[in-house]
Amino acid sequence: MSHLLEVKNLDVKFDTDEGRITAVENISLSLDQGKVLGIVGESGSGKSVTAKAIMQLNPGNTNYNNDAEIILDDENVLRFTSKDDLKKIRGGKVSMIFQEPMASFAPAIKIGSQMVEQLLIHKDINKNEAKEISINMLQRVGIADAEKRFNQYAFELSGGMRQRAMIAMALSTMPKLLLADEPTTALDVTIQAQVINLIKDIIQEYQMGVIFITHDLGVIAQIADDVAVMYLGSVVEKGPVNKILKNPKHPYTKGLLEALPDVNNLDAPLRPIPGNIPSPLDRPSGCVFRTRCPNPCDNCRNGKTEMGLIEVEPGHWVDQCCINCG
Amino acid sequence: MSENLISVNNVSVNFDYQENFISKKQKIHAVNNINIKIKKGSFFGLVGESGSGKTTLGRAILGANKISSGNVIFHDDERDYDLTNINKQDLKEYRKKAQLIFQDPYAALSPRMTVRDIIAEPLEVMRITNSRQETDDRVRDIASKCRLNLEHLRRFPHAFSGGQRQRISIARALVSNPKFIVADESVAALDVSIQADILNLLKQLQNELNLTYLFISHDLSVVAHVCDIVAVMYLGHIVEMAPSRKLFKNPKHSYTKALLSSIPSIDPENKSRAIELKGEIPSALNPPSGCVFRTRCPNPCDNCRNGKTEMGLIEVEPEHWVDQCCANCS
Repeated sequence: MSHLLEVKNLDVKFDTDEGRITAVENISLSLDQGKVLGIVGESGSGKSVTAKAIMQLNPGNTNYNNDAEIILDDENVLRFTSKDDLKKIRGGKVSMIFQEPMASFAPAIKIGSQMVEQLLIHKDINKNEAKEISINMLQRVGIADAEKRFNQYAFELSGGMRQRAMIAMALSTMPKLLLADEPTTALDVTIQAQVINLIKDIIQEYQMGVIFITHDLGVIAQIADDVAVMYLGSVVEKGPVNKILKNPKHPYTKGLLEALPDVNNLDAPLRPIPGNIPSPLDRPSGCVFRTRCPNPCDNCRNGKTEMGLIEVEPGHWVDQCCINCG
Repeated sequence: MSENLISVNNVSVNFDYQENFISKKQKIHAVNNINIKIKKGSFFGLVGESGSGKTTLGRAILGANKISSGNVIFHDDERDYDLTNINKQDLKEYRKKAQLIFQDPYAALSPRMTVRDIIAEPLEVMRITNSRQETDDRVRDIASKCRLNLEHLRRFPHAFSGGQRQRISIARALVSNPKFIVADESVAALDVSIQADILNLLKQLQNELNLTYLFISHDLSVVAHVCDIVAVMYLGHIVEMAPSRKLFKNPKHSYTKALLSSIPSIDPENKSRAIELKGEIPSALNPPSGCVFRTRCPNPCDNCRNGKTEMGLIEVEPEHWVDQCCANCS
């Protein structure tokens, strides 16, 4: 069976005044229907850029490499140039949920009108049908008084409710792929728990594929089937969530897990990953992680190694450089 | 000499609110009747959802918000400061002794000032140092304590990453040699790896400089790790307060239980669903009568449901305080 989404050898570079910045380098990912792929990493690791590439939402100064492919439903998204083609994916086949729900709704237009507008673009239906679908969807995500909320503005809703409305809007066109970019980061834990449960239920019901971007490994453990750990634009480890979190191989993944405070083990010291994430302007040559690696080998330290994922156990891929270093 | 550094006695903070100029003036009850004592050298944690009044309480203790009733007393070595009716001269003194670290290191630093100027500004404004040489010495001293590279002092904030910026904010807060620090969500905007680094730094500075912290956060796992004693706030009330180990091992209040179960487990096989609280935190304009938590309580008793109970902390175990309403309900 072919995958719902397949990203192959993707590089994303931005032309800026300070030179060409490599935001993402040579990443390959795949996602099946009804599955959740989690992408974790620090800020600046290229998580959002990858997601935006799938919808072609990166700004005009973006360069993609020629041999990159983003295959969605047997079509290469990167070859799409016409507006009509892009329309099919943006909000049609693919929907996106953003981190800050206040910033994603237009403040002066009613929630309902925004939902109806996008439905009219993507579906062959009339206004009344669109309204009905929208209200149903709002109810589905657990918003009480959906008809009243339909006629309200974004500022009248609380944070959790706005995020639910955002999810309702993203799902109303029945996309095949949902990109969730830090959807719970701005929410309180109790609301976060509600939203995670909601997304889980919806995946079950509609069998869509989800890419879930977050920096919170706890959220990943609860929602994802597979995980890709990104560092400075490269995937350093990927595989099933169980294997990555229970038996991490890459020092960066290990570092992330050790830095995480655990409520069940209050005696464990918090171990930060030493150093800072380098600026993408001076990306280390060779293995990108070598500047922060706890035990780099000599080749690695001098930037002579090459990055590339190898399969250490079925489905579990780790960057080769770190396997050699130890 | 008192063993407490800060005593907060029956403090309430209300804000006036008027929806538009013809509507009736209302009161927002941001903080209600809070009693806490912060011991010298402790790491006091304050947790709760947004809108629970954590920040308002923190600011009230710093004298940055007006206190509507009750009083806050800062016990210094020689004398006490009563923040409710403090004169201008004393308030200036107090500001040297109590400082704030902000949440967002990107917004808290002026982009047009060098790091050295940012850290030196409190010294100059409060006229603590007398010469440029003395100022520079103090700045370099505190910067190295906060593990900042001294060669970077002439750079501007844009050249630094989030973690480094947060260290600059910490250095700025500590340069006047304060005794009490309010850290308001100071690690919320940071990545986990850097968050751990900043938390370790705060702990280390506490030992070196004899600091007392009020640590405000919504992240329970962070609070569990660094704080000695934790108070859980809900809608302007403290609903539970205990030493952190007791609180996390054996939470008594249903709100604390729900908060704890909402922390996503790092173990993918642990699929236990969180205790979901119904709805959302009610508006502080119009809080529920009686127990404020009753609208979301999983098992309210009849008295409670009708808003007939009164809130107030009782000590159920030594040093473990829970709101009496919840202690009776469940």
